Amino acid sequence: MIDSAVQGVQLTKTYAQGDAAIRALDDVTLDLRVGELALLVGPSGSGKTTLLSILGCILRPTSGSLWVMGDDVTRLDERHLPAIRRDRIGFIFQAFNLFPTLTALQNVALALDLRGVTGRAARDRAALLLDQVGLSAKRDAYPADMSGGQKQRVAIARALTGDPPIILADEPTAALDSQSGRTVMDLLKRLARERGRAVGIVTHDNRMFGYADRLVKMEDGRVVSDERPTMPDERDLEGAVA
Amino acid sequence: MRLRLSELAWRNLVHDKVRLLVTVTGVVFAVVLIVVQFGLFLGFATTTSSLVDRSRADLWITSANVPYIEVGVNFSERKLSTVLATPGVAHATKYIARFSQWQRRDGRQESVQIVGFDPDQTLGGPWNLVEGSVSDLKLDDNVFIDELYKAKLGVTRIGDVFEIRGRRARVAGFTRGIRSFTTSPYVFTSFKSAQTYVNLPEDQTVFILVKGDGSVGLDVLRHRLLSSLKGVDVLTTTEFSRMTTFYWMFTTGAGVAVLLAALLGLVVGVVVVAQTIYATTMDHLQEYGTLKAMGATNGYLYRVIIQQAVISAVIGYSLAMIASWFVVRGSAKGGAAILLPWPVAVGMFWLTLAMCTTAALVSINKVTRLDPAMVFKG
Repeated sequence: MIDSAVQGVQLTKTYAQGDAAIRALDDVTLDLRVGELALLVGPSGSGKTTLLSILGCILRPTSGSLWVMGDDVTRLDERHLPAIRRDRIGFIFQAFNLFPTLTALQNVALALDLRGVTGRAARDRAALLLDQVGLSAKRDAYPADMSGGQKQRVAIARALTGDPPIILADEPTAALDSQSGRTVMDLLKRLARERGRAVGIVTHDNRMFGYADRLVKMEDGRVVSDERPTMPDERDLEGAVA
Repeated sequence: MRLRLSELAWRNLVHDKVRLLVTVTGVVFAVVLIVVQFGLFLGFATTTSSLVDRSRADLWITSANVPYIEVGVNFSERKLSTVLATPGVAHATKYIARFSQWQRRDGRQESVQIVGFDPDQTLGGPWNLVEGSVSDLKLDDNVFIDELYKAKLGVTRIGDVFEIRGRRARVAGFTRGIRSFTTSPYVFTSFKSAQTYVNLPEDQTVFILVKGDGSVGLDVLRHRLLSSLKGVDVLTTTEFSRMTTFYWMFTTGAGVAVLLAALLGLVVGVVVVAQTIYATTMDHLQEYGTLKAMGATNGYLYRVIIQQAVISAVIGYSLAMIASWFVVRGSAKGGAAILLPWPVAVGMFWLTLAMCTTAALVSINKVTRLDPAMVFKG
């Protein structure tokens, strides 16, 4: 049985623009399930990043409710949301968002520091996570000295520091070549399949649609289709995770 | 403090070395400016009242309403007999502190402050003697000056003879580090010689210094003296010292000026550090947004920013103290003393920390209002 890790019910998000109100999200009901990789796709301005931000507890919906691992977070005070993000959600960004002044190991360890893990324990855990994404050799490299694919794998290792049940990624392959993109998607797919994470990915990259357990299409702030495509070619899933 | 946090703060700082240099320079400039100005204030305050503070007297008898030592008004020396006859007085002595004119051998006139006291007593004499003995002043016309003013007064060695208001004056000894706030050097001499140097009638004195025998408190002794003397004030040494210091430091505005300069240093420091830390924060705004998205609390981000401020403060303070030490050391041979007692040095450390953390508030305000949603591109 598949459980919902994140569940949004009748979510709307309205922005004020002058006297007008822009409805970025319109009555969206969606869940991300444990062990499932869901792609959120659609044209620019369709509301997919707004939806991802709300699912990640970064943005509050104007109305509707959001449940994360069984808790209604829309009822929580603002000051409780950082803990929800820290403990339950791992984020991966289009531009990697690594700290340029820190090495790969230090970038991952910084995320552990947020969780109160410091010193040798943080370094050991960070090294293990980098090893899991195949970057042991790059642990002392700075982001400027790494390829896009390597940076994104560091970002994935960083997202895994809190062992979160939910992984949310915003265009994780947009800045990568196709080979690096496949490597990153392989990693994310394995996280869903083998480690039971609920993975939600916003993407424009239709080359990656084959990785989706679910393909959620959005237009004008609404979900227009929510499909489970045929399982992708298993060849694409091999060899990325040590 | 957690190690990782310090490392991020440190690396954010050293990432842009030019900016770090500007920050630290700003802190150093501000701290040195504050130390020098406040040190000058302390030096001035100490100097203005040094004659009073080092007099060894318990009480000062002055003409009524004398506001500070340099403007004492003469009165009959016969009051000394009354003072000496007062129960509770161990000893008392006549004392003069007045301006006069010193004529150098090249004919140039210099203003000096004649300090006349009784060399047979311990009250009111010079201190920090490096050449000569107080007993040398028992001889008429012998005077002591401070080493600092040798050049100003044209003195080269003991035995040099000059004129003070047309009267002979022979240098018989030197003191060290007795500065005059008024820039008119002190010339210590016997009371009798001083009377001639300042044209004071023989039956007059300017002050009477009193030492109590300890049998009664100073308030009681003062009350007794006031009840038997007319037309005078009886002040404790502490009171007269404060009055003199207050006059020079605040009534003339001299102290206010240096304190304002010290305040200016503080403001400059806050502005420079605030500007550079803010610029650093703006440079790393995306990273702060990322941390927020990852679940960092505002408190966590505040600590990063404050640690950057603290690191800047510690580096800047350390360098500033080294620079200040040289300034203070250099001032020892100058006319204006800059004092840096250790409590002030310790206080400056905390002030520097406060200055830098205050400067960080602008950045903290920026980060507080940072929307973590900025990390996603729509």
